[in-house]
Amino acid sequence: MNASLSRIPNFFTRSGKQTSLFRLLRNRLLTGLCIGLSLLTLVPLLSIVILVVRNGFPLLSLDLFTQLPPAPGLDGGGFGNAIVGTLIMVGISLIFAVPLGILAAIYINEYAPVSKMASTVRFVAKLLTGIPSIICGVFAFAAVVMTRHEFSALAGGIALAILILPTILLTAEQSLMGVSYAYREASFGVGATPFQTIWRIVLPEALPAIMTGVMLAVARASGETAPVLFTALFSQNWIHSLKEPTASLSVLIYNFSSLPYAHQISMAWSASLVLVTLVTLTNVLAQVIFRPKHR
Amino acid sequence: MSSEENNASESPLASSTLLELPDDFVPGETDFIKVEDFKFFYGKKQALHGINLEIPSRKVTAFIGPSGCGKSTLLRNFNRMNELIPGVRHEGDISIHGTSIFDPSVEIIALRRRIGMVFQKSNPFPMSIYENIVYPLRIAGQKSRSILDETVERCLRSAALWDEVKDRLHESALGLSGGQMQRLCIARAVASRPEILLMDEPCSALDPIATAKVEELIIELKKEFTIVIVTHNMQQASRVSELTAFFYLGELVEFDATRKIFTNPSKKQTEEYITGRFG
Repeated sequence: MNASLSRIPNFFTRSGKQTSLFRLLRNRLLTGLCIGLSLLTLVPLLSIVILVVRNGFPLLSLDLFTQLPPAPGLDGGGFGNAIVGTLIMVGISLIFAVPLGILAAIYINEYAPVSKMASTVRFVAKLLTGIPSIICGVFAFAAVVMTRHEFSALAGGIALAILILPTILLTAEQSLMGVSYAYREASFGVGATPFQTIWRIVLPEALPAIMTGVMLAVARASGETAPVLFTALFSQNWIHSLKEPTASLSVLIYNFSSLPYAHQISMAWSASLVLVTLVTLTNVLAQVIFRPKHR
Repeated sequence: MSSEENNASESPLASSTLLELPDDFVPGETDFIKVEDFKFFYGKKQALHGINLEIPSRKVTAFIGPSGCGKSTLLRNFNRMNELIPGVRHEGDISIHGTSIFDPSVEIIALRRRIGMVFQKSNPFPMSIYENIVYPLRIAGQKSRSILDETVERCLRSAALWDEVKDRLHESALGLSGGQMQRLCIARAVASRPEILLMDEPCSALDPIATAKVEELIIELKKEFTIVIVTHNMQQASRVSELTAFFYLGELVEFDATRKIFTNPSKKQTEEYITGRFG
């Protein structure tokens, strides 16, 4: 170590061997620190995954996906209705929030980036990202559940849509902003209209990044309990219509984990594992489908 | 056309002699793009001061001058690209074939289809080579496969790129070299069969070999197109252009045959710039 250091020619260093050794050590130390801290960030994430897999795996069976939840204290059963409910409500939230968020982002980034409208939308969206999810739940409860006099999957979907709309809008705007101006210039230069430029050049180029935002939103929406608790409530049965109380994985986890029965607690773990797997799968799938074609 | 031009296209770069204009050529007589008392403002800042200029058809006209002199600004007004920037306005007029480009009846889309543009940094779309070239046709609604195929070959041939890429037309354009990308952009610019080609420092990011190829191409292309090229490279202006306009601080200082500008400029500022004393 020292031998190799002393061979470093002096003209590479500012003031001789001593400084060079000190700087080299400091450099190594800081690099090591950065690596160490990066690894540290993996600890909570990995612990969660390990814990969920270890506790959730033993009970995993096909029945969990096809059966209805057991009554408190009873064994067996599954949470097929909660999986379906979560999928439906997240789907509803995406149907509302994705077109709205992306179109709004297109407007404020492409058509009127310096308008009062754009800055207002941007400001409000940023405020809304910080809104606690329970507020979305209470709002949807007041706006949908109270007025229609029923708990429903639709209300749950709307609550989730409100929750994820600002995230989708802001990430979509960032993604559009990331598309090089040179592409727009080239497109306008050959006589394309703004619509053609956005539809054929900008949007396809921004799509992978936009989808990352949407996937974040999916992950958040499928895990949120509070908005769904207030709006869709829970159900012991399979979903028959969007206008009735609907089961969801998050509420099932919430309900079962507070019960004093070992079987229900194990089921809550399995539901957690299923939820994490579903979110991961959608993420991976989206990455594969929306991968940039030309790089 | 004149015999001088034929000589030029036989071996465009073999000699460094300046391209000759026909003896009977008088600037302004065969005006094609006509700029009249044109002023341009970015917000409050005036970038162009009363420019008067007449660019002839099927010749190469070079705009030279130090950075910020307004040459690119003027070029980008020809196809109204500057209007994409918020807060700009203009006074005066630019006409092509006697029609003002600012006339309310002029469709900006149609105007840009008649005027191809090549940018400083090559900007192929993140699509295949084929799709890049047919893009101007696709946005115009052209669906015929045979017309699209023909266009791709015609444009790639006129951009001297056909032989290099004909076997990988459906591969990403972003896999090409810098020089090839710029020639692809030229091919794309001529796809809609424009009459005018605007080139905004097309070689500034290219190495000398790629630059030579593009210059060769420019000389070839002027048989079909009226070319206006902005360049910082004085040798390039002298190699490819017949007419040169020298801009300084938003004003047109001198506009004349390239040979005259480079050998016997009438303004002192032009001479100082050409000889490298400032700029």
